[in-house]
Amino acid sequence: MADAPRILEINGPIAVVHLPGARNGEQIRVGNAGLVGEIIELDGPQATAQIYESTEGLRPGEPVAALGHPLSVELGPGLLGSLFDGVQRPLAGMLRASGDRIARGLDLPILDRQKPWHFIPDADLQPGATLRGGERLGMVQETPSISHQILAPPDVAGQLLDLAPEGDYTLEQVIAHVRQGADGAMRRLSLYQRWPVRTPRPYQRRDHAVLPLLTGQRILDTFFPLLKGGKAAVPGPFGAGKTMLQQQIVRWCNAQIVIYVGCGERGNELVDVLETLPRLTDPHNGRPLMERTLMVANTSNMPVVAREASIYVGITMAEYFRDQGYDVVMVADSTSRWAEALREVSARLGQMPAEEGYPAYLASRLSAFYERAGRVRTLSGQFGSISLIGAVSPPGGDFSEPVTNHTKDAIQTFWALSKELADARHYPAVDWSESFSGQIGAAAQWWTENVDARWEGRRAEALALLSQAEELARIVNLVGVEALSSTQRWDLEGAALVREGVLQQSALDEVDSYCSPQKQFLLLNCMLDIVHSGADMLALGVPVQRLLKLPLLAQARRYKSQYANDQLQALQRDAAQALRAALDPLRSEYVAAQNPPAEPQPAP
Amino acid sequence: MKEKEFRTASAARGGLLFMQNTPGVALGDRVRLQDYRGQIRNGQVIRSSDDLVLIQVFEGTDDLDLEHTWVRFLDQPFEVPLSPELLGRVFNGVGLPLDGRPPLISPLRRNVQGAPVNPAARAYPREFIQTGISTIDGLNSLVRGQKLPIFSGAGLPHNRLAAQIVRQASLPGEESNFAVVFAAMGVPHTDARFFQDDFEQSGVLTNVVMLMNLASDPPIERLILPRTALTVAEYLAFDLDLHVLVVLSDMTLYAEALREVAMAKGDVPTRKGYPGYLYSDLAEIYERAGRIRDKRGSVTLVPVVSMPSDDLTHPIPDLTGYITEGQIVLSRELHSQGIYPPVAVLPSLSRLMKDGIGADYTRDDHPRVASQLFAAYARALEVRNLAAIIGADELSGADRQYLEFTRAFEERFVRQGEDENRTLADTLAIAWEVLSVLPASALTRLREEDLAKYHRPAEISAPGAEP
Repeated sequence: MADAPRILEINGPIAVVHLPGARNGEQIRVGNAGLVGEIIELDGPQATAQIYESTEGLRPGEPVAALGHPLSVELGPGLLGSLFDGVQRPLAGMLRASGDRIARGLDLPILDRQKPWHFIPDADLQPGATLRGGERLGMVQETPSISHQILAPPDVAGQLLDLAPEGDYTLEQVIAHVRQGADGAMRRLSLYQRWPVRTPRPYQRRDHAVLPLLTGQRILDTFFPLLKGGKAAVPGPFGAGKTMLQQQIVRWCNAQIVIYVGCGERGNELVDVLETLPRLTDPHNGRPLMERTLMVANTSNMPVVAREASIYVGITMAEYFRDQGYDVVMVADSTSRWAEALREVSARLGQMPAEEGYPAYLASRLSAFYERAGRVRTLSGQFGSISLIGAVSPPGGDFSEPVTNHTKDAIQTFWALSKELADARHYPAVDWSESFSGQIGAAAQWWTENVDARWEGRRAEALALLSQAEELARIVNLVGVEALSSTQRWDLEGAALVREGVLQQSALDEVDSYCSPQKQFLLLNCMLDIVHSGADMLALGVPVQRLLKLPLLAQARRYKSQYANDQLQALQRDAAQALRAALDPLRSEYVAAQNPPAEPQPAP
Repeated sequence: MKEKEFRTASAARGGLLFMQNTPGVALGDRVRLQDYRGQIRNGQVIRSSDDLVLIQVFEGTDDLDLEHTWVRFLDQPFEVPLSPELLGRVFNGVGLPLDGRPPLISPLRRNVQGAPVNPAARAYPREFIQTGISTIDGLNSLVRGQKLPIFSGAGLPHNRLAAQIVRQASLPGEESNFAVVFAAMGVPHTDARFFQDDFEQSGVLTNVVMLMNLASDPPIERLILPRTALTVAEYLAFDLDLHVLVVLSDMTLYAEALREVAMAKGDVPTRKGYPGYLYSDLAEIYERAGRIRDKRGSVTLVPVVSMPSDDLTHPIPDLTGYITEGQIVLSRELHSQGIYPPVAVLPSLSRLMKDGIGADYTRDDHPRVASQLFAAYARALEVRNLAAIIGADELSGADRQYLEFTRAFEERFVRQGEDENRTLADTLAIAWEVLSVLPASALTRLREEDLAKYHRPAEISAPGAEP
């Protein structure tokens, strides 16, 4: 009995167990309650395990059993529209099994085993053919907008013996037999497969990202674009609108599959997503958004170890859809909570802390995780992509802390949120001077081909105006606005016009919540037109005070919420008309004065 | 196990008792200790192995010896008895009465640790609660099931504000069906007394459950107290269908007790010495607020968090802000100007406001009025800073209007009496009155129809014409 697998010690979510022959990463069940955990350290016959569920009530001496496989997810029809916890247990199923509160030790099937799916085999695939891993076997129309490609698991290779004909099958039924390996072992394939979450799924090769991920948010799409297959981070102190911005991306982005991982975040906000998504439709195909969305939820009060696992569970499901040739977006909110879970476990293990108590392997884990994003040629020869957007919650809004810092090294697009902007209720509070995008070139190509060739120039012009205005604002704060020249005062107003007429966007305004790329460009163009025409007026000798009083300036700031995405012609026409109506009288007045006096110097 | 008493303590420090040779003790087990004088203390197992068990002793380890301390493991988790009799009573952190009345006895007992609510079972909070305070109702609306902390500093009137919220909170047009759970952790006797008197005077005492751990009480007890309080609150809300408002004061002192124990345990310190699990620990408390589908009651949480040296980035307010749905920040500057309630408008925020206001809940223009007030006040404060440098006379006409707006906003909108209970209509009327200081062209966040309906620039003489 002395050698029976058993618990030796319990310390928070960590248990030391006696379990000879265990493998690192192996799943175990501990205690009489059957809690699930994962081996993370081995020391002779002893193993240290992190437990995904609350360990309260466990005692030394209770039994332990090894499950023989690492933490894996089930992949197959039925994933879409579901809500899972951090280790892919279905929360709806848990609700039925244990009520309002999450019980421990539940053992539930992840995907519905009873539901039949209509499988259509690939016509080109005949028995006797050689089947490679990742090859397409057929498809299931899972939702009207998503056809679920049934792929051979990546580790299958051999001769296809038979393939099921078209018909309804449950997940348990075998749809193909494959003879594989030197010993000719028989492998039975069904509609679903399992995959260990900490191992990236294989692909043929990586490819360049080419298309922008359009989110309908002007500050993102126009100013700091992310490509499909790119990696972005959204750092921001609390209250800067991080969650709101991510929810906007989840709602509006033009990906085919969206995976939202709520990692250590608020329960109420998650419910908000859960309640609103079913009511919204995809602006790109008119289908309910829920049909393309999948959620992993491990709120902050759920066990910390499952929180650590949740982002891997999410990214593995993302890879599975990528392998089917889809463009997938995964939003992880927030990676800081994941890093903190890592820190918590590492501290309990007594590991030597590196920066701010985080373990030394934080940077390598973080970059390895972000590296799972990208656009690839899949094993079945299609193109698929994962765009990864990670929120970062820096303590005190300090971007020099380890998680923000290491994340910055791993990503291409950085959407920095600012507390000052949020305090002034400038949303989205993306700070244009701190943010960057490393993918302007490729994005410019798309905008040139699909929207307007002037995009890159206008974008650069607007950014220059904004940064110039910041310089000027510093002067104003020292000596007052009267010290500026007319042109400088007009530039200041121009930047305000870009800020309020273009950058600010209300997620709550029905018209403005989603802005098509065409409208984005048109708005930017309108504002810059006003800025240019105003500068011309100044050259004619019109005093800047008169320009600043034009009602046009308030009018233009309302364009974004007055004209819907399908009223762009009206917007273009009305904007041009308003500009003429405002400036023509001024122009004729000053041009008529033929010999205008030399430009009046600004008042001291 | 239950029958056996152990006398095998090997060490006692920092509120922790280390026991040897007590095999098979469950994590989280409730413990009863008897010290050399025969007095009983309560404890809980926080780490367990066959050769060493760690017990945190809620009454502290002062005046314990190793030789004569008898320890009994009760073989049950830490539970509190629950019944409707709770209302009107006063308890300490472990659920023992402090009001001189007999202990509560009930067949219903629940584990104070609670179990996480399944996110799929939650209902989204969207019922606007009118607190009668303009800065909250108008700009940072509270909804049922929300957790909205008050970030404060030493000497600021957070207690008065919390008491006013408790007094005035009501759902417009609904029979009130409420209860208050007041949890004091390490607060001075005077503060506790203040609340008790306030509850008594406003006649709500019979709807209040008080859990008290005063500044002079053992700090370890503060670790269990909010959990006891929330277990009580959950019972009142989800078993008795009451709308429960929980005031936790002060969470910073709770976190300090947590740090004390963590240090004694030898946990690796992170920021300012707090343990790495502080976020998870705070979340376990805060996330117990909310609503549950098919349940009528709700738990609304108003924790008071004092910011050491008014530092918003200190770990406690910082981590709290990441978990709660917004924050009400108090401002020393407004307080010294004599403005009550000194709510710092710009850093304050309510994340659940967006769905609790508007045509369906309050009034159609409410969200835009709030947004416009924020934007105008942000601009106005910039102008005020500028005026401090170059003098108000040097400001442009438009800027002088903003200066006037700041004054009107702070004096009319922010300032209000401690017993002034404004309806939402009052609050919005004042908001429009204040906005009318500014010309329509500056109010770009409002719709033209809003302006036509409510904007009355003539009512207030516009200061200073164009220079």
